[in-house]
Amino acid sequence: MAAPILELRNVNKSFGPIDVLHDISLKVGAGEVLCLLGDNGAGKSTLIKTLSGVHQPTSGTVLMDGKEVAFNNPREAQEMGIATVHQFGGTFPLMSVGRCFFIGNEPTRKWGPFRVYDRAKANEIAVKNVQDFGITRIDDGDRLVGGMSGGERQSLAIARAVYFGARVLILDEPTAALGVKQASHVLRIVLEARKRGLAVIFITHQVTHAMAVGDHFAVLIRGALAANFMKGEKSREEITDLMAGGEALADLGAEVESYMESHDGHPPPAQP
Amino acid sequence: MASQSAVKPAKPTGAAGTGFDFGSLIRRPETGAFLGLVFVFIFFAIFGNVNFVRPAGAASYLNVAANIGIVALPIGLLMIAGELDISIGAMIPAGAMTVAIVSGHFGAPILVGMLASLAFGVLVGLINGFLTVRTAVPSLIVTLGTLFAVQGLVLGLSVALTGTTSVALTAPDWVKFFFGRFIANSFQVIIFWWLLLAAVYYFVIHMSRFGNWIFAMGGDKESARNVGIPTDRLTIMLFVASSTSAAFVGMCQTILYNSAQVSGGMSFIFNSIVTVVVGGVLLTGGFGSVIGIFFGTLTFAIVNQGIYFTQFDANWSSLIIGILLLLAVLMNNTFRKMALTYSPKKGKK
Ligand SMILES: Nc1ncnc2c1ncn2[C@@H]1O[C@H](COP(=O)(O)OP(=O)(O)OP(=O)(O)O)[C@@H](O)[C@H]1O
Ligand SMILES: [Mg+2]
Repeated sequence: MAAPILELRNVNKSFGPIDVLHDISLKVGAGEVLCLLGDNGAGKSTLIKTLSGVHQPTSGTVLMDGKEVAFNNPREAQEMGIATVHQFGGTFPLMSVGRCFFIGNEPTRKWGPFRVYDRAKANEIAVKNVQDFGITRIDDGDRLVGGMSGGERQSLAIARAVYFGARVLILDEPTAALGVKQASHVLRIVLEARKRGLAVIFITHQVTHAMAVGDHFAVLIRGALAANFMKGEKSREEITDLMAGGEALADLGAEVESYMESHDGHPPPAQP
Repeated sequence: MASQSAVKPAKPTGAAGTGFDFGSLIRRPETGAFLGLVFVFIFFAIFGNVNFVRPAGAASYLNVAANIGIVALPIGLLMIAGELDISIGAMIPAGAMTVAIVSGHFGAPILVGMLASLAFGVLVGLINGFLTVRTAVPSLIVTLGTLFAVQGLVLGLSVALTGTTSVALTAPDWVKFFFGRFIANSFQVIIFWWLLLAAVYYFVIHMSRFGNWIFAMGGDKESARNVGIPTDRLTIMLFVASSTSAAFVGMCQTILYNSAQVSGGMSFIFNSIVTVVVGGVLLTGGFGSVIGIFFGTLTFAIVNQGIYFTQFDANWSSLIIGILLLLAVLMNNTFRKMALTYSPKKGKK
């Protein structure tokens, strides 16, 4: 079997005294969708940030095609073909669609002895890719991104990642701000990327979305890999429970009911 | 001068934009600044005496504009990147005193004194930049600290080394030719430096890739870092540019007037912020333009000097500047909102 495109071996990450990731070992192969699941604060974003060069692992190794790699910054990861849509953001409200799309990878053209930003080319490619994504309302690359809706901005960020993601596409809660139609579009994009042989790492809190596209599921609980299984190995209920941090959600309903009965119909206080 | 720059906003910069395009016009941060400039120019041309539109009048506001403008350009870029630098208020006298003490008091070659001035600017810029990047303390506070520190250092060293707070310097003619003389008896040579620097900044900000990065930094620093933009390095470079520019202006003033004083320069803090904001730069970062800063500087200088050409008491000029600032901010806000929501009714072919 060919080496997985991306592999983590015993990766740890701490921020000063705070340990966020413990001993994570994971593989993603070409044409595979890895769903990364887990509660808020479980360390999902931190994990993908170490894969996209934003953070460096405190210890452990990252391998690409079986060879050890170290990304000192996001640009190095990008150059290796890893494109990431980070949670919250990736777009700049007061910049134009074209400039936003190419931020950090601006196309240039020759202007005398200088290389200058090629606005026409950037706008054309950006508009085309965003439109291919179903956002046909955007037809002017000079438009400011801040005037677009949250979902449209998210789509722009994803279209951008798909455009630059040569080998690995990492999406951190890409469907969180999207409507039903746009969300299913994102899921279709994920499947399309898989068909083209990309490795996709997909973070979501929605079981339906995870079940729809995932081949391989990894669950993080407080920074440790609590479960790592393939499609079909666990039921929907089991996955839901794992996503909630291992607590059985099925029991929750009964718990709330009995609490309300014994407390004059008040629901239980939120637990920290 | 004013009429020459007036041509710029209508000129398309890219392949798109043939003929009049309302969308691209309101999206330009300098549109409001340009209207403000036209307004104040017409205002003083009507209420001022004829000298206002003659070369002597032009010299009076171009001299002011050039001195502020050289500092306002990098201050504006810092603001676009989401930072502030108020230590320039101390860097102008620091740059002035350094060359005067090194070359005037101690008699070192003028080039050594000039290099010392600029090197001091680079040093303070590095300190501002590193402190801002490393500590994540807001740059307003960091540079407030360096403002006082540099002020105290310059005063203390001047008195300790020379025994006075004012030092004379007679620069050789060739140095005065480039850095400090009056052309046609009224235009300071520093005006050319301002125009040259504005052109360089225009290229870097609007035509190179760096410009894109600076806007992204001001828009969302976290995201900018996540796409691989060297935000720390750019921040430090911008701080170096602003404090070195301030030292340069101080140095040129010493060469022009043959002496340097420890005091002065504080007015540059507010004046440069006013010009930048009038020029359409968003105080919180992410939006602005070099042409806008240029127009804002001219507008400020015209109001600042224009009052002397009118019958009005000069005491009113601060009132006018205050009102102008508020109007400019309101207008720029309106334009920015329009720019965000504007989309052409029909797709262009
Ligand atoms: N730069 C940082 N410095 C210190 N602690 C951090 C840093 N980044 C993340 N953490 C901590 O690491 C933990 C995991 O955060 P992370 O953002 O990876 O969670 P997540 O699984 O993505 O959660 P969510 O589902 O809410 O997005 C959190 O407790 C967070 O406070
Ligand atoms: Mg997260």
